[in-house]
Amino acid sequence: MWRILRFIFGPRVPLLELRRRPVRYVLPSLLLVGAAIILYNSYSKPYWNMTLHAPQYPNGLHVQAYLNRLEGDVSEIDGLNHYIGMRPLNDAAQLERETSFMAIAAMGLLLLAAVMVHSPWAALIALPAILFPAGFLLDLYFWLHLFGQNLDPHAALSNSVKPFTPPVLGEGNVGQFRTVAGGDSGLTMAMIASGVAFTALFFHRWAYRPLWKKSRKAKLALAFCRKCEQVVPAQELEAAAQGCRSSSRALEEVPA
Amino acid sequence: MRKASTSLAAAALLLLAGCGGGDGGTTTSESGGGLQQASQAAGGASSGLGSTAQAIAEARDLTPDDVAAALKTYTPSGRFDEYLLFASGGHSGQALVIGVPSMRLLKVIAVFTPEPWQGWGYGAGEDVLAQGDVNGKEVRWADVHHPALSETNGEYDGEFLFVGDKANARIAVVDLRDFETKQIVKNPIAINDHGGCFVTPNSEYVIEGGQYGTPLGWDYAPLEEYEASYRGNVTLWKFDRTSGRIDVGQSFAIELPPYWQDLFDAGKGVSEGWIFGNSLNTEMATGTATLTDKNFFESGASQNETDYLHIIDWRKAEEVFKAGKVTMVKGFPVISIDTAVAEGILYFTPELKSPHGVDVTPGGEYMVVSGKLDPHVTIYSFDKIQKAIAAKNWETEQYGIPVLDFDAVVEAQVELGLGPLHTQFDDKGYAYTSLFLDSAIARWTLGGPYSRKHPEQPWTLVAKTPVQYNVGHLGTAEGDTASPDGRYMISFNKWSIDRFTNVGPLLPQNFQLIDISATGDRMPVIYDMPIGLGEPHYSQMIKADKIKAWEIYPGIGWDSQLQAVRDGAPKPGDEKIVRSGSTVEIFMTAVRSHFKPERIEVNEGDHVIWHITNVEQTKDATHGFGIPGYNITLSLEPGETHTLEFTADQPGTYSFYCSEFCSALHLEMAGYFLVKPQGTTVSNASNSP
Repeated sequence: MWRILRFIFGPRVPLLELRRRPVRYVLPSLLLVGAAIILYNSYSKPYWNMTLHAPQYPNGLHVQAYLNRLEGDVSEIDGLNHYIGMRPLNDAAQLERETSFMAIAAMGLLLLAAVMVHSPWAALIALPAILFPAGFLLDLYFWLHLFGQNLDPHAALSNSVKPFTPPVLGEGNVGQFRTVAGGDSGLTMAMIASGVAFTALFFHRWAYRPLWKKSRKAKLALAFCRKCEQVVPAQELEAAAQGCRSSSRALEEVPA
Repeated sequence: MRKASTSLAAAALLLLAGCGGGDGGTTTSESGGGLQQASQAAGGASSGLGSTAQAIAEARDLTPDDVAAALKTYTPSGRFDEYLLFASGGHSGQALVIGVPSMRLLKVIAVFTPEPWQGWGYGAGEDVLAQGDVNGKEVRWADVHHPALSETNGEYDGEFLFVGDKANARIAVVDLRDFETKQIVKNPIAINDHGGCFVTPNSEYVIEGGQYGTPLGWDYAPLEEYEASYRGNVTLWKFDRTSGRIDVGQSFAIELPPYWQDLFDAGKGVSEGWIFGNSLNTEMATGTATLTDKNFFESGASQNETDYLHIIDWRKAEEVFKAGKVTMVKGFPVISIDTAVAEGILYFTPELKSPHGVDVTPGGEYMVVSGKLDPHVTIYSFDKIQKAIAAKNWETEQYGIPVLDFDAVVEAQVELGLGPLHTQFDDKGYAYTSLFLDSAIARWTLGGPYSRKHPEQPWTLVAKTPVQYNVGHLGTAEGDTASPDGRYMISFNKWSIDRFTNVGPLLPQNFQLIDISATGDRMPVIYDMPIGLGEPHYSQMIKADKIKAWEIYPGIGWDSQLQAVRDGAPKPGDEKIVRSGSTVEIFMTAVRSHFKPERIEVNEGDHVIWHITNVEQTKDATHGFGIPGYNITLSLEPGETHTLEFTADQPGTYSFYCSEFCSALHLEMAGYFLVKPQGTTVSNASNSP
């Protein structure tokens, strides 16, 4: 178990090296923490909004989607939607909204964990946060499609308004309404966090790859001892050739 | 790891590309591109009048003055007026709301008369209307004369409107948050009035001055006893701003001689604490006694050279009332003439020849009395009045009331023309007086502290503008306040004669908008507005942004009399029908586009209590509610709840329906009210269908 953990967490930075090149090792950590902070702050902001324009609504109708709720003219929009047979907006994405807090918390924690992971596994750990904005938009598209395509055929205006998919981004039309949808500040922040985390990985690689390689080298440099007819660590080759023994202690040593 | 990082990079690029179009939902201009294209096509019409405007003017035979007037008043769609005019609706018993300068009628507020569109008097509002009953008799009309806006520190505050009924001596209170009448009070000692409504500078009191002399409480007394038994009065109604109601228990009246009091105005600024009223029948004419008698009121009441300006210290009167020095008449406290004189509350001073109208200047220094049958306006100085009172410079008249020496209190007199009636003021030290017989409005200058505001000599006639025709009252923007705006004046003309297409022998009145923004003698009439529903008399003009009316009621289940959400008002989910014995209680909601429940079944003779709430919260989403045959019609604004109570005494099948066009399926917003004839039973389950 510890071997697996050591494998995942990777090598620690020696103090001397850290002192000699502080920027190299602080930068990826800073970026990952920054990404986490931005991601957490995005929770309180709306991620997506839609405005509906029609002659009889001079100020337009607005709905903002936060990760855990909808705000805006939801009841007025629901009232209009019942004429075309669309389900109430708050029926959509209930699971997503209920778990969004935990999900964001988890993704942020993973980013923070990636600070301490000095192996290539850091990329995998940071992946949820990096993919989150895309995931959000995909999920949004799924629900818009589901609700817009499954209209109650018995609805009063079913002859006038046929099943449709409201666009996730940009303009659309439904009935007498022109809709304009777009990402809002929360999504922008999540995208920035995603970008920062993604960039952080490159710096992460720049910082930790040499260390990782060195530790792997120590573990992976192998040779085949003809005499013993088995694979032994390269450093042990001579000794092995003579004594046909592998020294397990050599495996633990990491050259300074 | 290389592969992973490249695929991550690819994903990121996809993300950025896909999200390129999305930006925060900034609201674009309302009608979209169409409006922009139209205004571009019009060729930047706001800069300079193009040849199109010229062609139109020529084709319609408009002079440059006409075009200027049109430009000053035309208000394009979607743009609001600068001022709101709260006008009396005359015999309609209602109040009118008119935008200035467009002179568009925005609303008729139902006050004394039932009004079905607003649901006033046909299932709702009867309790308020009944407050105006006269000795139990329904009086469902009024002759509205002078509405008054509530004031704070001598400025209109846009919170309440007081509307008086001259014909039956009643006062109503309208709440300007929802423009609905909340209270009517019937004066217990007077059966008619004219000097109402006027408010003290902080609306502590609403003043209602009497008119035709009658015994207090209008008890019978023969006219031979006029001097002994007949009286006039001025009633001070205490207004409680917190509850938004007149507090009858804190109100009182002052007995006055039967001199036919006419109009009042409250002092402000230096004269705050005093009210002034004029009278016109000190002759105490009582009309022709026989058919051969030629002494009609019109000459009988006009014999004396002077009548009396009433000068009343209302603060002292309030103290006298609170000290209990009153006589109860019909259960209402009245300060008798003797008490008023003894306490130094009441003074007179002569005013010329049956005058009409006393108006206090913005700073409160002067009271302007218009001659009516004398071509002068007489200006009294408050300072001089106070000095005369202090010096006891008076003689007493027949009722014992001190009459201050005329020359000691008059500041100036200005000869204006024939039939001066009412005076209003502006921000440049000008006064405007209506001249009924000249059919004109005179602009003249005030003196004293107002001299430096205008370029002309003080106390001088500057100009007269003819009006069409026979002007009564006039109104200037915020003209009754401590700081009038000037700019607009309205002439409330009594006769329209040839101004409009003839629509039968009963002609509309004519409100004329006059531009008074320039100094000097130019005051052109710029708009004629016909009023075809009553003879309005007077209006007050208030800056439109002082009115903070609600767009919807603030909560679902809102009771407009309580001005709060009412416990027990049905909200979504509360719909049910509850039956107990022969009482059926219905809890109904209304939303686009259905009532819930849609079927109500009761037995003939059942007592029906029907609660309905409009559960919308969108502006303009009003639902009407009508039950044919039962004479019921309601208007339910967004959030509003109302309770109907009636007996289902007519069996049959009735279709109730939403009567205010609400949605694409408004026609389908209906239901059945079934009244089963006696002998048929309805199931006793207490649930909704």
